[in-house]
Amino acid sequence: MTSTPLVVLENVNKHFGDLHVLRDIDLTVNSGEVVVVIGPSGSGKSTLCRTMNRLETIDSGVISLDGQPLPAEGRGLAKLRSDVGMVFQSFNLFAHKTVLQNVTLGPMKVLRQSKADAEARGMELLDRVRIGNQAHKYPAQLSGGQQQRVAIARALAMNPKVILFDEPTSALDPEMVQEVLDVMTDLASEGMTMVVVTHEMGFARRAANRVVFMADGQIVEENTPDEFFTNPRSERAQDFLSKILTH
Amino acid sequence: MDRPAHPVQRRLLVRPRCPAHRHAGLPVPLLRGLSTAYVEGIRNSPLTLVLLFCGLGLNSALGLSLADSVAWDVFWWAVIGLSAYTACFVSESLRAGINTIPLGQVEAARSLGLTFTQNLRLIVIPQALRTVVGPLGSVLIALTKNTTVASVAGLGVQEASREMKLMFDQGVAPVLPTFVGFAIGFLILTLPMGYFFGWLAKRVAVVR
Ligand SMILES: Nc1ncnc2c1ncn2[C@@H]1O[C@H](COP(=O)(O)OP(=O)(O)OP(=O)(O)O)[C@@H](O)[C@H]1O
Ligand SMILES: [Mg+2]
Repeated sequence: MTSTPLVVLENVNKHFGDLHVLRDIDLTVNSGEVVVVIGPSGSGKSTLCRTMNRLETIDSGVISLDGQPLPAEGRGLAKLRSDVGMVFQSFNLFAHKTVLQNVTLGPMKVLRQSKADAEARGMELLDRVRIGNQAHKYPAQLSGGQQQRVAIARALAMNPKVILFDEPTSALDPEMVQEVLDVMTDLASEGMTMVVVTHEMGFARRAANRVVFMADGQIVEENTPDEFFTNPRSERAQDFLSKILTH
Repeated sequence: MDRPAHPVQRRLLVRPRCPAHRHAGLPVPLLRGLSTAYVEGIRNSPLTLVLLFCGLGLNSALGLSLADSVAWDVFWWAVIGLSAYTACFVSESLRAGINTIPLGQVEAARSLGLTFTQNLRLIVIPQALRTVVGPLGSVLIALTKNTTVASVAGLGVQEASREMKLMFDQGVAPVLPTFVGFAIGFLILTLPMGYFFGWLAKRVAVVR
């Protein structure tokens, strides 16, 4: 595995009003690496994820992608975002567009691909997430698990350098969690760089190279999944794990 | 759902830190203040007052004229008054439509790298328009009926209710049948509009 830094956060701080949500965050995600972020509710995991494509601004510090600091606004920012895929807890598919149109919109409007090229690639990706036969349906006609797989295909269609997942399975009925995790595990094994906020410990053990544990806006602990789950060093992590592993 | 009242609008249209705004150097808070004042001001005034202002105020008192003949002059002032009044209701409908679009879709579009204008053009406006077809139909029907105010409000436009009153004054028509006749005339105009917009709204609805 290579260790070229892809996403680098240095001394990042962010407040929501008086609330200090990110405190001196230093984090490096290497190319091809899968980083799982876990932590109690409200610890700042989503915010951390969203700062990486500037859906949230930061107050101080530097975030860079491929050695370039994130542009603050304008076309540069749009370009950066096209390189960073994002998969949301609530899928957020475009309700007025078909599954295939959801997947081809970015490539056609941002990457300026022809419709034919975008659709060919779109169908390929939909097949890959095992949903090619639903290409002409609308999002509302699909189950949650299917919608989330479309959202993953939509992100992949941009050929992103990294994909951010913010609790991608938390809004799903239990029987649909696995189909989404399977697609994500495949991606991980194909070398996609991923930052995944999740409470799915099985996925973290199976697919992650590293687990980052957050509490109160800080990164409290970083370790390999094996080490982290069997030998958490910090008290916060031990406490957190004992709570989620008991049920 | 515990969303804030105006999710998309808050984050997409109004926030001054929105890049597209800053780049274009648009004075967004100023525009927002002006449009709020306009919409709230006129929407909360009686139509009669708006038309009186056009007719007695701008046309008679200030002597602003839009056409050579008096008939056309008052006609155009009525058009302006009704437009100014109806525009408020159109804008309120559109705003309501924009507010129905989940913020998440806007963020998803942003994270694909769509620019502010692409986001509006491809994601927000198409869905907003579809949800407001019904309300816009009601606005149009209200406009049709509101034309009857144009003569009462001192403009003396040759609209339906004035014609009717003239007929009564001249004693050429029996009152009750004439009333019914004019009412049916309006029904002929507005009923099909209602059905058409109802049909269109269903046809273009976005399933969520
Ligand atoms: N837009 C916002 N405005 C104000 N406060 C916010 C906003 N977004 C998040 N917060 C607050 O910031 C803190 C961190 O939120 P964040 O969503 O990052 O936590 P999280 O770790 O993702 O939690 P969860 O597991 O519940 O998703 C929380 O206390 C939250 O209430
Ligand atoms: Mg979260």
